[in-house]
Amino acid sequence: MNFNVLNPADWYVWMRNHRMATALLFLLIFPYLMPYEALSINILIFGLFGVGFNLLFGYTGLLSFGHAAFFGVGSYLAGISVVHAGWPWWAAIGCGVVASALVGLLIGYLAIRSRGIYFSMVTLALAQIVYYVFYKAESWTGGENGLRGVKVETIDLLGWSIDFMDPLNKYYVIFVFVALALWFVSRVLNSPFGAVIEAIRENEKRAAACGYDVARAKLLVFVLSAGLCGLAGTLRALHLSIVPIDSLHYLQSGQAVMMCLLGGMGTFFGPFLGAAVFLYLEDVITNLTRYWMGVVGIIFMLFVLFFPKGIWGTVLHRCELWLARKEGAA
Amino acid sequence: MLDISPQLFALQLMTGFALGAVYALLAIGLSLIFGMLTVVNFAHGAFFMVGAFLGVYSLGLTGNFWFSLLLVPLMTGAIGLVCEKFLVRPLYGRGIDYPLLLTFGLSYVMVDVVRFTFGIEGIPSSTPESLRGAVFLGFGHFPLYRLFLILATALIVIALWLFIEKTRYGLIIRAGSRDPEICKVLGIDISRVWLLVFGIGTAIAGLSGMLASPTRAVNPEMGIPILAESFVVTVVGGMGSLPGAVLAGLLVGVVFAMTSLIAPEFAELSIFVLMALVLLWRPQGFFGKAGLMS
Amino acid sequence: MSSQLFNKHIGRRSIVLGGAAAAVAPAWMGVARAQNTPIKIGFPVPLTGAFSAEAQDQVKAAEVAVKEFNEKGGFNGRKAELLVRDDKLNPGEAATRTLELIEKDKVDFVVGSLSAATQLSINAVCRDRKIIFNSISQSDAINEAKDWSMYTFHEALNPHLTAGAVARYAFPKYGKKLVYLTADYAYGHEMVRGFQRAGQAMGTQMLADIRFPLGTSDFSAFLPRIQSLKPDVLVMCNFGRDQLNAIKQATDFGLKATTKIISPVLLFTARVAGGADVFDGVVGGTSYYWGMEDKVPAAKAFNDKFRKAYGGAVPSDYGALGYAGVRSVLQAVLDAKSTESMKVSIALRQLRYNWYKGDQFYRKCDHQSVQSVIIVESKSKGMKDKNDVFNVVHIENADEKNLRTCDELGHKVST
Repeated sequence: MNFNVLNPADWYVWMRNHRMATALLFLLIFPYLMPYEALSINILIFGLFGVGFNLLFGYTGLLSFGHAAFFGVGSYLAGISVVHAGWPWWAAIGCGVVASALVGLLIGYLAIRSRGIYFSMVTLALAQIVYYVFYKAESWTGGENGLRGVKVETIDLLGWSIDFMDPLNKYYVIFVFVALALWFVSRVLNSPFGAVIEAIRENEKRAAACGYDVARAKLLVFVLSAGLCGLAGTLRALHLSIVPIDSLHYLQSGQAVMMCLLGGMGTFFGPFLGAAVFLYLEDVITNLTRYWMGVVGIIFMLFVLFFPKGIWGTVLHRCELWLARKEGAA
Repeated sequence: MLDISPQLFALQLMTGFALGAVYALLAIGLSLIFGMLTVVNFAHGAFFMVGAFLGVYSLGLTGNFWFSLLLVPLMTGAIGLVCEKFLVRPLYGRGIDYPLLLTFGLSYVMVDVVRFTFGIEGIPSSTPESLRGAVFLGFGHFPLYRLFLILATALIVIALWLFIEKTRYGLIIRAGSRDPEICKVLGIDISRVWLLVFGIGTAIAGLSGMLASPTRAVNPEMGIPILAESFVVTVVGGMGSLPGAVLAGLLVGVVFAMTSLIAPEFAELSIFVLMALVLLWRPQGFFGKAGLMS
Repeated sequence: MSSQLFNKHIGRRSIVLGGAAAAVAPAWMGVARAQNTPIKIGFPVPLTGAFSAEAQDQVKAAEVAVKEFNEKGGFNGRKAELLVRDDKLNPGEAATRTLELIEKDKVDFVVGSLSAATQLSINAVCRDRKIIFNSISQSDAINEAKDWSMYTFHEALNPHLTAGAVARYAFPKYGKKLVYLTADYAYGHEMVRGFQRAGQAMGTQMLADIRFPLGTSDFSAFLPRIQSLKPDVLVMCNFGRDQLNAIKQATDFGLKATTKIISPVLLFTARVAGGADVFDGVVGGTSYYWGMEDKVPAAKAFNDKFRKAYGGAVPSDYGALGYAGVRSVLQAVLDAKSTESMKVSIALRQLRYNWYKGDQFYRKCDHQSVQSVIIVESKSKGMKDKNDVFNVVHIENADEKNLRTCDELGHKVST
């Protein structure tokens, strides 16, 4: 095909058609753009959390206030596998993902019977119940003190031994998982199923009228979303070597919503950018002023008022306009 | 294990009502704003907190509790009016999520503004002189101030009911929540109505903050846990329904109080369980979905 | 030919000389560089959130310790530097900040924390990377073998010791029938356990242990029941704002007329914020109160340093811990003549010190600082100024016997 290296429009079209490759390339060089690796790893993890959440919110149109439950369940089950059962890292990750998907099945089944704001409230209530269960199970979870000792020193894979304590190594190991998850999400969104969930977001009644089993589709996307957020949780447990109890709290759910909005819901890469901007800003602002909460609040309000599509959504929108103009002129 | 005398039961019930009174007031404000503007006001807890701070401050300044009781809702209402006009109104038509997210950000800002103005520790608050002490109710001594709380809430609810049911403006509000389009056709400036309703909702939130201030520590973070509890109440009662808010408020207060008696560490969990059960049985809450006062 | 020899001769010598110079020069330049690099102490504390007042006091006092160290010449000319970070009272954030301090800022030591959960989280990150962490807030869990390491030190009091000290003072004086109002989390449970251990030796009777969710703001639901039980002593096993709310509402319900309210920890800043009326008559423990300066000379010396640095202000209890936590580490660096973690750890284990309230040392098996506990009673009359909020009613001297045994904590070898 005609690819003119000097023509930015061609670059843009290539990137748009190969969004996965573009995203992965960016993430590969990401740690070198951030002041310290622990921040970039947090961004990876919360970016994945956002992507999982966005599957339900941006693409299906269901606003859940309880997604911290899946994130936290993933973290705790991975942590418990390592601390109490002595399982290796890959079993811990698997355990966390399966557990969060199961919890997603349960909560999803109960929640999708409600619509609109009531759906959000049911998810909030059920997630808080999960929070209390884990809070009280002190001997397993450490209760308010959190679960400590999730120590993974080396990753042994196919004869290679990677020092997981080295921050850059840790980033790239976690990157592999995030990349796989992103590829999975991309496949789901490009599939017929992906079209169905977007149809549900646009007009649920019409989707049902077209013959799609709306309830089943919603439940399935709920479970997938839960599993992805659970994966993010397991990676966080391995990264911090602790699992704090507020992984399950509704404020954590609120953070996921904010990151998605900031980045741009309904876009593929938006949540990542939202997580990056949110965490980076919080880091920078915290070192500048103790009133970081107010500053974050103002920025958030500005976005809601003037950039409802989020950063990435607005950027994409502008790029599309620019491309159309260019092609029109050509 | 635990013997609960009838006196203790009655005392605990009264305590539940006092607790529920604060919840009911907050839920009324939330329901009003949701019913009329379809806005979920995540900053409601912050208005509660601001009301508490302004109340203590004005009490310290003027020394008069009753005067402050009138002043505080006016001030928080005014802040609410400004927020509605400049922050919430531009988001009309964009769906339910955006105003929700905006008020979420607003709550962050309000907390830090209070921290900046009044300091991070909070300010000491005490029961006004005339309302101190306990009252013997036949089954035990009950704090006078909490009795006052219950009565004050009842008065406010009645006053609100009269306003909405019996006055012309109340009629417009009711109509506006049922069908904003027709109201516009009939020549009513619906945006003025929204402004007023948001103002009333936040005024009540501030008032309830001031009323609650003698019973708890007044600090910038006090609005956060109460917001979650108020949402539970609003949802259980049905979003947009005022009788629902009052009923659910009392119910949640009593459930919390009774659970505290039997299994205190599950008290907070019990209200979320209640919410989950109610929503699973009846997704729109007790009186939800239909217009404001039905 | 002779010129070749001559050249080679010179060449070899110059090579040897050059090589010697090359061998020495980097070492010399390295020494100069090492002399210039500061000794970095990471200081993660909750600058925002419910305990920001205490945390800011910790920072101020820690800066006093750093300045003192630097003015005395530092270590081989190397000055100390405090890197303060906000952990927002959030264990996940605390872990991230500690990772930042260790990986990006390359700190030599970490001192800090103001809650049980955050200190355990900071400790987990530090010990995996062999960085010394001196914790300056209360926790029983950090003494236990599960969380301990050679790099874990605990400057602050622990709930067991504090509760026990208050129990030993208050129960004989005020009565044997107790009701506990306990925050339902590890710290609350630890406090109850400390009280019960000391109380059972005196024959006290626990009428009820009422547990409430952490962060409860309205305790009115629990008070009728407490009233009906008619205890001699109401033990507030909670902390900070929870405690303020609980005491306030207990006063509203008229409990002070029949019951003495005691607490394992009375925070100076909370008392100032809560006001004299609310706390009037409440007895509790603390790691430090500035008012003991007329009894303890070390306290006067510390108070004066703080007053000089901050225009007459007095340090709070947690402030003093901030000072001691940093000063101990820096002293150990001087004693060990090194900043290498294991050497400094060994020096800390052998340290005997008296920075602000009396003699202290770190117990070998769990690195808990063995120290005195001050029992105070809050007052509302006869206050000389706004800081004169407590009367010191008793000082329980430092005694290892009051701590839990090494065996009980799971330590195999108490070397």
